[in-house]
Amino acid sequence: MSNECKPDLSRRRFITGAVGAVASLTVAPGIFLMQTTAQAGTKPGARWGLLINTNVCGDCNACVTACHKENGVSSMNRPTTDAQWIRKVEITDKSTGHTRSLPVMCQHCEHPPCVDVCPTGASFRREDGIVLVNKHTCIGCRYCMMACPYKARSFIHEPLTDQLPHAPRGKGTVESCTLCVHRIDQGQRTTACVEACHSEGNGAMVFGDLNDPNSEISRQLAEYGGTAIRADLGLNPGVRYQGL
Amino acid sequence: MKLKTHFREVEGTSKGYYGLLALLVFGIGLGLLAAALKSTYGHHITGMNNHVVWGLPHVFAIFLIVAASGALNVASIASVFGRKAYKPLAPLSGLLAITLLAGGLAILVLDLGRPDRLIVAMTYYNFKSIFAWNIFLYTGFMAIVAVYLWFMLERRMNAYTTPVGFVAFIWRLILTTGTGSIFGFLVAREAYDAAILAPLFIALSFSLGLAVFLLVVMASFAWTDRPLGDLILKRLKNLLGVFVAAVLYFVTVYHLTNLYATRLHGVEAFILLNGGIYTFLFWVGQIALGSLLPLALLFHPVWSRSRAVIGAACGLIILGGMAQLYVIIIGGQAYPLDLFPGHEASSSFFDGVVAPYTPAAVEWMLGIGGVALALFMVAVAVKFLRFLPESLADDKVDPHHAPQQATGEATTASA
Repeated sequence: MSNECKPDLSRRRFITGAVGAVASLTVAPGIFLMQTTAQAGTKPGARWGLLINTNVCGDCNACVTACHKENGVSSMNRPTTDAQWIRKVEITDKSTGHTRSLPVMCQHCEHPPCVDVCPTGASFRREDGIVLVNKHTCIGCRYCMMACPYKARSFIHEPLTDQLPHAPRGKGTVESCTLCVHRIDQGQRTTACVEACHSEGNGAMVFGDLNDPNSEISRQLAEYGGTAIRADLGLNPGVRYQGL
Repeated sequence: MKLKTHFREVEGTSKGYYGLLALLVFGIGLGLLAAALKSTYGHHITGMNNHVVWGLPHVFAIFLIVAASGALNVASIASVFGRKAYKPLAPLSGLLAITLLAGGLAILVLDLGRPDRLIVAMTYYNFKSIFAWNIFLYTGFMAIVAVYLWFMLERRMNAYTTPVGFVAFIWRLILTTGTGSIFGFLVAREAYDAAILAPLFIALSFSLGLAVFLLVVMASFAWTDRPLGDLILKRLKNLLGVFVAAVLYFVTVYHLTNLYATRLHGVEAFILLNGGIYTFLFWVGQIALGSLLPLALLFHPVWSRSRAVIGAACGLIILGGMAQLYVIIIGGQAYPLDLFPGHEASSSFFDGVVAPYTPAAVEWMLGIGGVALALFMVAVAVKFLRFLPESLADDKVDPHHAPQQATGEATTASA
């Protein structure tokens, strides 16, 4: 009789232990992932930006090639629908004939029109000033492309299969320069275009924290100044140019 | 003398009726096929690209959305402004408002890069976006007009028609303001960024909506052998003429304002002088064939008595409206963004040049699909519900008209 009343402790212990183990295995990666990001991520209070010296920038295409390689953006040999996250623009002053070449990409505005018009909030601006597209909530309406004064965004016009893990892309959504956000979130403090400009080009680009007065970009801006493209729109872009 | 209007469903058993349904189902099929092709191969099979991101489907969609709010005019005139003569046509007016909007929205949704994410659009909102407002304006419009229709068709609720009609009228004005503001709020593009686009779209909705409505009325009455007197037709065609003139007025003010600003001379020259297809569509499509010729037809003392002429004028106004929306939507994008004022620009991303765009077959198919869907819903609805009055003969429209019919014809003809 006493045998019948005695609970089967070994089975209960086993079930409790198993549940605990499964719960730990489920929750732990999330906790550790968050810890990793918090340690290496972006800098609190920073506003990341670029400074481009058009007097130094030459005819090379190093920044464009590097960006597209870094983010897995490839041409389909269809110029009108091919995505371009960064492009070299040749400009000629109509009155003087003076010609320059400069890269144009998402200008990471403080007041981005793309974010204002996006119906689902998929276009958003991070605390550190980087303007991104949430690839999970972009419905592909292209209103941001209508609103962007810089023609910075591309729509993916065909199915893709060769995406890189750190640069999510997909048919039917809009994309643009991420300021190499995957690098910044890993603690790196440069972008693919800037890196290539220094190694292969003329060293015309600087990446840095616009909010840090001691950063290279802030010191150069303080010393030599810098202008925004379409400054008249009052969008306060994070990308500045010298020699425009 | 109080007039009693009798409403009756259409029989809907003739070969003509089933032929019409078959044609419309074929059109809807074309639209669905286009949507399937796009979702399989992506947007590169359309003429749209990274430089002209909204194309022919958007011209069709915005046409239908704008016409939808305008189609409600007749109901508004009846219940908001108390004109009894228009009352018999009010239910059809409300029905067209709903179906045209549904057709337009179907095109917009199926042209999304990710139409499968419609649920995202319904659950994530950025309330600073005019697009997000429009989602509420469109669904709200449908709901309000549905209630409005119910109150009109259900005798016990007739007494409440006026307040709902008033709400629907205010709502449609806000809705078209919202549609115009999709473009008006785009600060960066020179062809847009103008507050006048909102009232321009309201005027456009009045004229396009009424033109579509008149054609549907004339066709449905003729095909079901119901009498349609000249009296109501004459009033409506005169009203249509006034609306066309109003659109012309806003177009003139828009371009004059732009011509005054030196920085906008480039875009004005592009639309008015050297824009190729856009200049052609503006002057020939929108102005000559879509505005001036219909005005002449509608107000000509002799021609305007003919129903064929009124029908032709409506058709021309619709084509002119399509041309106008093509010029606004696609011409406005084709003209290059001026990133560097005072400079000439060039790049591999079509900076500084007119963006190329030619509508592809799938875009036509999607647009036609939306129009067919709207008309299909009308054709089915009038068979099962009492939307159409049995008669709109002159004595049914105006009790004082019947005895003087012979002389009335001559006196009202010249508008």
